[in-house]
Amino acid sequence: MEFKPTIVAFLCNWCSYTGADLAGTSRLKYPPNIRVIRLMCSGRIEPTFILKAFREGADGVLICGCHPGDCHYHEGNYKCLRRYVLLRKYFKQLGIHEDRFRLEWISASEGKQFAELVNEMTRTLEKIGPCKIKAILETFDKGED
Amino acid sequence: MTNSEKPKLKLAIYWGAACGGCCVSVLDVHEKLFEVVAAADLVFWPIALDVKYKDVEAMPDASIDVSLFNGAIRNSENEHIAKLLRQKTKVLVAYGACAHLGGIPGLANLSNREEIFKRVYDDSESTTNPEGIRPVPNVQMPEGELSIPTFYNDVMALDQVVDVDYYLPGCPPQTERLVEVFMAIVTGAELPPKGSVVGASDKTQCDECERKKTDNKTIKRFYRPWEIVDDGETCLLEQGLICMGPATRCGCGFRCLKNNAACRGCYGPVEEAKDPGAKMMSAIATMIDSNDPDEIERIVDQIADPAGTFYRYSMPASILRRKIIKNESPRKT
Amino acid sequence: MKRITIDPITRLEGHGKIEIFLKDDGNVENVYFQVPELRGFEKFCEGRPVEELSQIVTKICGVCPGCHHMASGKAIDAVFGVEPPPTAQKLRELFYMAHFVHSHIAHFYALAAPDFVVGPTAPVSERNILGVIGKVGVEVGSEVLKQRRIAQEIQALLGGHQTHVVMNMPGGVRKGLNEEQRKDIEKKAKGFVEFSQFSLKVFNDVVLGNKEYVDIILNGPYALNIYSMGLVDQNNKLNFYDGKVRVVDTLGKEHCKYSPTEYLDFVEERVETWSYLKFPFLKKVGWKGFIEGQESGIYHATPLSRLNAADGMATPLAQIEYERMYSTLGGKPVSATLAMHWARLVELLYASERLLELAQDPEITGTELRAKLDKTPREGVGIVEAQRGTLTHHYWTDEKGIVTKVNIIVGTTNNNAAICMSLKKAAQALIKTGVDVNEGILNMIEMAFRAYDPCFSCATHSLPGQMPMIVNFRQTNGEIIRTVRRD
Repeated sequence: MEFKPTIVAFLCNWCSYTGADLAGTSRLKYPPNIRVIRLMCSGRIEPTFILKAFREGADGVLICGCHPGDCHYHEGNYKCLRRYVLLRKYFKQLGIHEDRFRLEWISASEGKQFAELVNEMTRTLEKIGPCKIKAILETFDKGED
Repeated sequence: MTNSEKPKLKLAIYWGAACGGCCVSVLDVHEKLFEVVAAADLVFWPIALDVKYKDVEAMPDASIDVSLFNGAIRNSENEHIAKLLRQKTKVLVAYGACAHLGGIPGLANLSNREEIFKRVYDDSESTTNPEGIRPVPNVQMPEGELSIPTFYNDVMALDQVVDVDYYLPGCPPQTERLVEVFMAIVTGAELPPKGSVVGASDKTQCDECERKKTDNKTIKRFYRPWEIVDDGETCLLEQGLICMGPATRCGCGFRCLKNNAACRGCYGPVEEAKDPGAKMMSAIATMIDSNDPDEIERIVDQIADPAGTFYRYSMPASILRRKIIKNESPRKT
Repeated sequence: MKRITIDPITRLEGHGKIEIFLKDDGNVENVYFQVPELRGFEKFCEGRPVEELSQIVTKICGVCPGCHHMASGKAIDAVFGVEPPPTAQKLRELFYMAHFVHSHIAHFYALAAPDFVVGPTAPVSERNILGVIGKVGVEVGSEVLKQRRIAQEIQALLGGHQTHVVMNMPGGVRKGLNEEQRKDIEKKAKGFVEFSQFSLKVFNDVVLGNKEYVDIILNGPYALNIYSMGLVDQNNKLNFYDGKVRVVDTLGKEHCKYSPTEYLDFVEERVETWSYLKFPFLKKVGWKGFIEGQESGIYHATPLSRLNAADGMATPLAQIEYERMYSTLGGKPVSATLAMHWARLVELLYASERLLELAQDPEITGTELRAKLDKTPREGVGIVEAQRGTLTHHYWTDEKGIVTKVNIIVGTTNNNAAICMSLKKAAQALIKTGVDVNEGILNMIEMAFRAYDPCFSCATHSLPGQMPMIVNFRQTNGEIIRTVRRD
C-alpha cells in the first residue's frame, strides 16, 4: 500500500485558516491527508503541541500564520517564528528530518499557495517516508534480540 | 533492636543506574541520624548493609513500608530489582532526579547501546581492543557460565517500569526536604494523593531566588557562561545566561544559584508543565528580542545545546524521550 | 564445578558481584569480580558545551563528585588554553582538601575500623560502627559525624552544592572567600589536624598495638606485588590536586613520570566479556594476564600506592607519620594491601594540614577569580587524585567549544585488575579443602575488597546487629547443595 503521509497543520484563524478555506471553496485540489487544527493565532502554538503531534503519529507538522506585519494580534506570528527556529534546532538533535516540520505564512487570499504548499509537503514526505517516532516510542527498547 | 511500643518503619533504599549521591543525601542527615534510626529499621541498602537480593526475594510481599528507589532504569538488573521492590513494598518513592525523570543518565537517550559500546570499548583512545571484545549478558568461561545484566537501548524513569507512589525530586534531593517527608510518614501525617511530588514546592526557583528581577525579559544575545562576567545581582536570564529556574520546582534552597551558577532543572517541572523542556523552550523563544528571521536565526544559534540544556535531567520523561537513530527498527518487548 | 555467588557486593559505592569457582577438592579454581553497570558518560557528553561538563561529570559519582569536578575543571581550562589565577587555584585546592577530609574520615571509621578496632572475626553484631564506638567511646562517634559535617559545610560554602559541586568555570571559579569565612575555615582546619592525629593514634593503639592485627596486615593473604601510581609535585611529594603522575615498580624505582597530556603513552585499557568495567594497565610493561610482579603491567592507584610513588609528604606532621609507617612496615614499597587503611590516615593528616596552609594563605581571599579566555578551544586533559585513585578526564571540542569526544579513566577503574587479584588471593588462601566456609571467612574475603575503598562505603549510622549474608553452594546444574547463612 502506498504511503500516505499524515500532516498535522496548525492554522491561525485570521489569515491561514481562511486561506485554507478559500482553497476549498475554490475547489483547488490538495491531498486529504492533512489534519487541520485552528487556533486564534500562530502565537498560541507552543512546542508541546508540536511534540505531541509527532508523538501521536504525525509524519509532518505544518504551521501557518499571517505574514509578518499582518498578525491580528500584532506580534503573535513573530513569537511563533522564534519558537519554530528553536524547535528546528532541537529536532535536529533528535534526528528528526528537517523537512517534516515547516512554517509558512499564508494570507486569507492565498488559497492557491496553501494548496500548493500542502501538495509539495506531501510529496516531500512521501519521498522521506513515514515518521518512525510513534512506532519507536510506543515501546521501550531493551535491546534484547 | 526494635521498640516494643511502636513497630519501626521498615525502610529500604536502593539504587538503579545511579551515582550514589542520593544515598549520600540520606547520610547527610548528620546528627539527625539517631532520630531516623530510632524510627526506622533499614532492611535493604547495598551501600551500607550486607543484605543481598536473595534476602529481599524472601521477604513477604508488601512487608517493606517505604522504599526509596534512586537511579534510572538502564539495564535488566535495574528493572528486575525495581519490580521486586514494587512487589515487596507498600509505598514506593521515586527518589531523586534519575528515578523521577531519568536524570543525567537519561542523556544517553540521545544515543543507543551500540553507539555507547563503540565509544567505550572500540574507539576510546586509551583502549586497545583489536578483537572487538564487548561485554555480553552471558558468556561461557572454562569454569562456568558468567552473566551480567542486559544493557538496554532506552534509559527509563522508574514509573516507566513500575507503579510509583510518590516522587521526591532533586539531584540529589535536599536533605532537609527528605527529613520533612520522612518525619511526616513516621508521625502518621496524612499523605498527599498517590502520584504526587513531595519534598518540593509547587512554585518555581524564581520564587526563592534572591537575584533582582524586572519585568523586562528580552534577550538580544545569549551568552555562554564564560563569555561575560555575571554582575552577581541581576537575574541570570536578564543577563543573557540560560537558566532553567522558571521551569523548575524550588525546594533545594536555590543552591546552585546561590553560588552564581544557573539552575539546570534537576528538581523537575511544576505540576502543570508535564514536559519541562518544551515550556522552557517556549519561554526562551518568546524572550528573543527580534522580529527579523535572520537575526532570530543568529540568536537561536547562540543557544548551544537545546536538548542538553532544556532536558538535562528529564529526557526519558519528556514527550519525545529519545533521539531517532537511523536504521533503528522498533522492537516489541 | 561448585560456585559461590556474592550478589550484590555491599558496603561500597556501585554495583558488583563476585563469582567464586571451587574445584572438586574444595580449593578455589578461580574468582571473577564482575561490574554489571555502565552509563555511557563518554558518549552522552558529546554535543554538550564543554563548560557544562564540569557539572555533568559530577554525576558519575555522588560520593567523590568533587574529584570529577576538579579533573573536569582542569581539563576545561586546558581546552581553552588557560591557567586560572592563583586565588582561583587555591580556592579549588582548598575545597578539594575538605572533600578528602570528609571522605577519608567516613571511610576509616565506618568501613575500615570495624575490621580492625573490633576484629575481623569478631562477632558480626559487634563488627560495625557501634562496635567501634563501644571500644573507643561514644564521644568519638559523635565527633566523627561532626567532623564529617564540618568538612561538608566547607565544601558547600566553596563549591555551592555540597554534593554536586558547581564551583568551577573555564579559567577559574564562580565565587570567592571573604575574611570572615576564611577565619572560620582556618579554625575548622585546626580541628581537622587534631582529629587526624587522634585517628592515627586510634590506629596506633588499637591496631598496631595488637600483634594479631599486625600479623594480618603483614602476613595475611592480602599482599599484591604490583606497580604503584600517584600524583606528585615538582619535589616528588604527594599532591592531590595537581602535578605529574608518577609510577614506581615493585622495587620502588620510578617506572615513569608523565604530565597529563602524555597519559596515552603510558596507560592502556583492555576489555573482557564478563564485566562492563575496563582493565587499565601500564602500556610499556604490557598485559601479561591477571598476575603480579615486575613483568606485569597491572598497577594500583590507592592511598598506599600514592605514598609508595611519592618521596614524601609536603606537610611536616604527615611526613613524620609517613616515615613511621614505612619504618614499621619494613621500607618502601609496601605491598600489604591492608596497609591502605594506614596510608589513608596519613593522607587525612596531610589533607588537613594542607587545608590549614591554604586557609592561612593571604591570596585565598583574593578577588581575581577568572582568567581571560582568548584562545580557540580545542583539546585538554585534567588529572587529579580522587580518594580512590588517579582520575583522568580528556576532552576534545570543536572551535565553538562543543564537545566532540570524551575519554575518562576513573579512580577505581585503575584498580579493577588488582581488585580481581586481591579477591582471588584471599579466597584461595581462606577457602581450602576441608575448611568450613563460615561468615568469618566470607568477611575476610570482603576485607580484600574493602581496602580499596571502591568509592564509598558509609555506615555512619547504626548497622543492624546482623550483617546478613546468604551463600549458596551450587552444583553446575544450579541445584543448591548447601547454604551458609548469617542472617
